[in-house]
This record gives sequence, C-alpha cells and structure tokens, in this order.
Amino acid sequence: MFEKALKGNNYYWIWLAFLGTFMAIGAFCYVRQYHYGLGLTGMSRDVSWGIYIAQFTYLVGVAAGGVMLVLPFYIHDYKVFGKITILGEFLAIAALLMCLTFIMVDLGQPLRVMNVILHPTPHSMLFWDMCVLNGYLFLNILCGWVILTAERKQVAPPKWIYPFVYLSIPFAISIHTVTAMLYCGLPGRHFWLSAIIAPRFLASAFAAGPALVVMAALVMKRVANFDPGKKAIDKVVTIIIYATLVNAFFVLLEFFVAFYSNIPGEKHALEYLYFGLVEHGHMYNNLVPFSWAFVVFCIVGVTLLSLPYTRHKNEFWLGAGCFSIFIALWFDKGVDFVLGGFVPSPLGAVVQYYPTLNEIMITIGVWSMGFFILTVLYKIALGVEREIEA
Amino acid sequence: MDKKRREFLKIAGISTLAGLGGTAVIDRLATGASPARARAAYEINSLSPAGQPKEKGPAKAAAKTSQRLGLVIDMRKFNANPGLAEKCIKTCDFLHNIPHFNNKKDEVKWVWLTGYENAFQEHSHYYRNETLEKNQVLLLCNQCDDPPCVRACPTKATFKAKNGIVAQDYHRCIGCRFCMAACPYGSRSFNWRDPRGGLDMKHINPEYPTRMRGVVEKCTMCVERVGIGKLPACVEATGDTKAMIFGDLNDANSEIRKFLKENYTIQRKPSLGTHPSVFYIV
Repeated sequence: MFEKALKGNNYYWIWLAFLGTFMAIGAFCYVRQYHYGLGLTGMSRDVSWGIYIAQFTYLVGVAAGGVMLVLPFYIHDYKVFGKITILGEFLAIAALLMCLTFIMVDLGQPLRVMNVILHPTPHSMLFWDMCVLNGYLFLNILCGWVILTAERKQVAPPKWIYPFVYLSIPFAISIHTVTAMLYCGLPGRHFWLSAIIAPRFLASAFAAGPALVVMAALVMKRVANFDPGKKAIDKVVTIIIYATLVNAFFVLLEFFVAFYSNIPGEKHALEYLYFGLVEHGHMYNNLVPFSWAFVVFCIVGVTLLSLPYTRHKNEFWLGAGCFSIFIALWFDKGVDFVLGGFVPSPLGAVVQYYPTLNEIMITIGVWSMGFFILTVLYKIALGVEREIEA
Repeated sequence: MDKKRREFLKIAGISTLAGLGGTAVIDRLATGASPARARAAYEINSLSPAGQPKEKGPAKAAAKTSQRLGLVIDMRKFNANPGLAEKCIKTCDFLHNIPHFNNKKDEVKWVWLTGYENAFQEHSHYYRNETLEKNQVLLLCNQCDDPPCVRACPTKATFKAKNGIVAQDYHRCIGCRFCMAACPYGSRSFNWRDPRGGLDMKHINPEYPTRMRGVVEKCTMCVERVGIGKLPACVEATGDTKAMIFGDLNDANSEIRKFLKENYTIQRKPSLGTHPSVFYIV
C-alpha cells in the first residue's frame, strides 16, 4: 500500500519537503549533540530532564488519545466513527515513533539502549514503559495495517485481528499510566508525587489526541476531499471538551491540596509555575507565561468548541478551538509538568532551565519527523478510501 | 533407565532442592540476625511487636545486605578544624578524577559543602543558632538502604553492593538520568560533556578511571578502596580528628554503632523511607 504515499499533488510534496528540511536540520543538530554530549542542551545537574522528556510525555498522551476513536467503534459498535478509527490508530503510530525518538535523543549513551533489554529490571518503571510503548506501537501497526488491507480488498477484517484490537485499548491506557508512574513514584519530588498524575495524564491525553485528529480531518477535508462525517466530528469534539474539563478539574485539585494544606513543598512547584518563586530576593518565573497560556487557551478552546456558532457553522473556528486545546495541553504537559517538577531542586535551589537553540532544533526535527510519518500514513489511508470509492 | 542411574538422579534432585532451600534459610537467618533497628528508620517502630525487627515495606529493589557500611559526619569537629572539609573534598576530587568546569551547568560533584537550610530542609530554620548560621554542612551520597535511584535505574547500572554501598557501573549506564530524578538528595551528577576536558590530564589518578560523557556518577563511599580494606578517602583525610566515623551499621560492636548509641544524630529527609546510611551531628 506504500505506493499510495508516492502519488500526490504539489502541495503534498511541498509539505513533505518542508517537514524534510526541518528533519534534516534536526538530524544535523543531533550529530552535533552526539559528538559533544548533552552539554549542548540547557539541562543541568538540577534540571536533569528538559524539553525532550517533556515532549515525550506529551506525545505519549497524543498516542494514547487515539484510543478515544478506537474504543467507541469496536466496543460500543459506534459505526459513525468508522472512517476516523484508522486516523486514531495511525496517529498513535506517528506519536509513538516521536516518543521513542525523543527518548533516544535524550540518552547520554544511546548506543547502549539495548541494556534495558539485556538487563531487564522489573522494579524500574522505565523498563515497563519500554514494554508498553513498544507493545502499543506494534499493536497499532498490526491492527491499522490489517484492517486497512481488508478494507482495500472490501472484505471484513480477519477474525484473528479482533483480540489485538481489544488488547490495544488497555494498552493505550497503560502507556500513559506507566508514563505517569515514571514521575509519581519518585520520593522527594512533591509536584510529581501525586496519585492523580495518571488520571490527569489520561484526561489531557483524551483531549489532545482527538483534537489533533479533528484538525487533521478538517485539513484533509479541504485538501483531499475527505469527509469524516459531521456526526463523527461532533462526537469527537464532545469527547475533547469533557476531557479538557476533567483535566482542568484535576489541576484545580492539585491547587487545593497544595494551598489548603499549606505544606511548603507541595506549593513550591505550583508557585514557581503560576506566580514565580522568590529566592534570595530574586524572582524566578520563566515558566509563568506558559502556565497562564495553558489556562487562557483552555478557556478559549472550550468556549470555541462549546458555542453552537463556532462549533457547527464555521470550520475555521472549530479548527481554532481544537488547536487551542492542543496547544494549551502542550503548555501544561509538554512544558510545565516536567520542568516544574525539578523546581526547587532537592537541595532547595531554584535553577531555571532554558533550552538551547541546538536542543530546540532537534525537538522541531523530531516533531517534523512525526508529522512526516503522520502525513504519509494518512495519505495511504486516504488513498485506500479513494480506491474503494472509485 | 537402570536403577542405579534413577537413584542417583533422585538423590541429586533432592539434594539440589535442599541446597537451594538451605541457602534461602541461611539468608533469612542472616537478615534476621541483622538488627533492623540499625536502619534508624522513620517507621513507627512502636507499631511493630516489641523487639520484632520490622522487615516489610513497598516493592524494594535492593535486598538487605549482611553488611551495611555507613558514616557519621560530626560537623562539630569540622567546625573546629577550618579547612578540614575542603581537604576531604580535594582528596576525593583528586582520587576520583572529578572534572571541574567553570560553569554550574556542567557541574560534577561527589562531596561538597552547602548551607544547613539546604541540607536539612525538613528541620526548622527559625532562629537558628550561630553555629548553623555560620557553618556549612558536608554532603555526599547517603548510601541509602532503600535507594530510590537503584529502584529507578532501568539497567541495574546503579546497584547496591554486598556491603551496602550504592555503586555505579559507568559502562552499563545508558544516561537516561532517571536516577537523578529519583534521588531526593541531589547526590548524582551527569557527564554533560567529556569529563577529561575538565581535568588536568597530567595530574590525574591513574588508579581510578576517568568517565566518558553521557553517564551518571556519584560518591560511591570509595567502594574501590573499601573493597581492599582501605578507608574511604574523605574519612582518611580527616585523620584522627574523628570528624568522620566509618563502619558497619549492622555490627552492634562497631565503633560507628557505639558512637550512634552515645550521641544524638540526625539524617537527611528520613521521612522518605530511604534509610540513609549517613548520619550527622550538626
């Protein structure tokens, strides 16, 4: 089916070339980082994970979010989602490949990555994360490919694939749960040490993933005449709104626990993220704009998606609403969550992290790679669709 | 199968089983014999039956070891001997080829000095006395009995040695820095760049390897020296000032245990249940 990705109009190729350019720049920057070491990034002894791991965390959510399109169709037999289920599965593939790449570029000794398999360590959450991420990737490639092939031949998918489809649903939950466990099981990091992290991750995942699918569907409607169906989009938007609100609810709960209990350690990271932290007369607040952007974009996004005019009448505003949610949750999870957890340091120092240009270009490169893969996969899915119609 | 062979297999099988079970029993006895109270736990000891060692807890990555090497750091002695702490740091830096870069971002440190309020955040900082206000505290890896870093490491590159020391395998570490996020004491450093760039290669200690970039390192309580019967470098550097007391916390007759019995000591962040093996008198 890959041949479907090799035929496209000029816009398709320009878009791929655009992404390819950033991939090349990212690759070049990575070679630089590989030869010098991670010292080329803004990370330090005190903030030992930066935007790579933050992107990883966010994208695990995007990958898990695809399940919101798969579950209603296969479990509840919700036929309306028939056309977009494959979009959810292919989104998961692209997002997972980005996740794994972000892990790789973050490793100090990437060539030794197989040590995780050579010396399996069940008490490390990273070992389990490797298992579920690769498992979910495998399941999505398998299910997506087999079902699309069946669709192309216009036959029902083979029976043996269904156990894998059903298995992929708990796997989607597990990838984000285990990713949350990377953080929430660490003693001494108050911001992360919260039982609500996993459900909060899932809530934001179920908003961010579908939001990206809606945006992609709207774009494909314009450029490729793909119609996912008004009812399908409407239902996905409802899911996005509820998931965003649940995430906001969880964030407010974190605030309540920290500020009502008045325990300094619980408050510090939230203060640093939302108001700035004063230490030795110096104000540290470099993440405050991101935190409030999260709040503002959440409100804007939910409003745009909830008002009948912007939701039903105008696709531009519908897309803008989804984009607001997607970017809001990126501020929350792709920036704030990981970086905020390191402040203050275990020794009470406030160290601010700023990514370097090299680091940012690698990050953009990996994102471009993800969108490149996503474009190619969606192109294949659309090509099959077109072939059936013809 | 002839009868003799059958008999042999039977006996061999049974004795293997017995052997396996036997070691388990011996291990159990060994851990039982080591007083759990030496863990100086924050656990509510009164809740466990009187005198019964409390040996339970959440999923533990590190098994209990028969030996548990620990340290007492007596800051009174350090305060009375200005320059002594710096001497310890210098000795360690040289022996372990610890690089020095002129920026905080690339910093690698094993043993260092910091303010009391940074070292002991769980203790009250109101109206501190002059000694605490004026002097700094010597910090190093706590060599936890339940080390969160060992739990987090996905390759067992950081592990608990048989003598209780939390050691680090620089050749297995993949540089994921999960251990750095897991350590609640900020004891771990990462080689953000080639450490040899921060060393005077003409004056290095050839007995200890320099590291490569991209791996984590930390104080290992001189596991390489202790293994051949030497004292940790910092302890040796304190000479006969008794500023640092090193010994086996599981041995009730050791000097360190006697010292702990006679003196009030504190630990860093005991509420986290990591059971540090480093004790302080501030």
